[in-house]
Amino acid sequence: MPEGTDLVVLPGGFSYGDYLRCGAIAARAPAMDAVRAHAGRGGLVLGICNGFQILVESGLLPGILTRNKGLRFICKSQHLKVGRADTAFTSQYSEGQVIEVCCAHGEGNYFADAETIERLEGEGRVAFRYCDAAGNVGGNANANGSINDIAGIYSENLNVLGMMPHPENLVDAAVGGVDGLALFTALAKAA
Amino acid sequence: MKARVTVTLKTGVLDPQGKAIEGALGSLGLEGVESVRQGKLFDVELKTSDPAEAEETLKAMCEKLLANTVIESYRYEIAG
Repeated sequence: MPEGTDLVVLPGGFSYGDYLRCGAIAARAPAMDAVRAHAGRGGLVLGICNGFQILVESGLLPGILTRNKGLRFICKSQHLKVGRADTAFTSQYSEGQVIEVCCAHGEGNYFADAETIERLEGEGRVAFRYCDAAGNVGGNANANGSINDIAGIYSENLNVLGMMPHPENLVDAAVGGVDGLALFTALAKAA
Repeated sequence: MKARVTVTLKTGVLDPQGKAIEGALGSLGLEGVESVRQGKLFDVELKTSDPAEAEETLKAMCEKLLANTVIESYRYEIAG
């Protein structure tokens, strides 16, 4: 990474055509060594959608993202409940705030073993959960079947965030909403 | 030296693709199917002709890339 890099963003997409498993090939690309070193130094890393899949495949975040429960690609507006609001990513939200962003993925079904889930929950590392407009978590609001309605998680040091939904798609009223903007203003502040 | 690697989902891991196939078999009238689990198969040609070295290579490639051991298990056979 160039010196002075504050934030590395792994965006959404379909790296290497999703061959083998989503994000599996990209996670082993030489560039990921630099991302790992950046994260190891405490640098901020944000992975969205395919970026989240790459982060779990690279070992920077635990668990895995598997095929949506209903098998269909999900492309819709989605409400999320913000977990903690004391991280570099969420300082401009409030804890428990309901935000509306976009979902666009075929493989967003988060899974990890019971021990990992317990650790994530115990350490407050669930960044966002799927909810409805009223803030009710889970049920039909969890369209992909993610365990514990998890939409995004943090690394142990809270400097790496991976999330399936797209906050970057809702940063201007002209495109339908601005709820995603606070994530980026928070990052700009942190840098 | 040729080898075949099979990667399957661990027991208890949800397999919506397998379920969909299971449903399709049922709707084709193919009865007698209890359940279907989908997996992956890789035919690999190895440079070595030493079985021990081949096994070492196969294990490393399964652990490092072919399988995600969070949800998948693997096995391999060396085909002489």
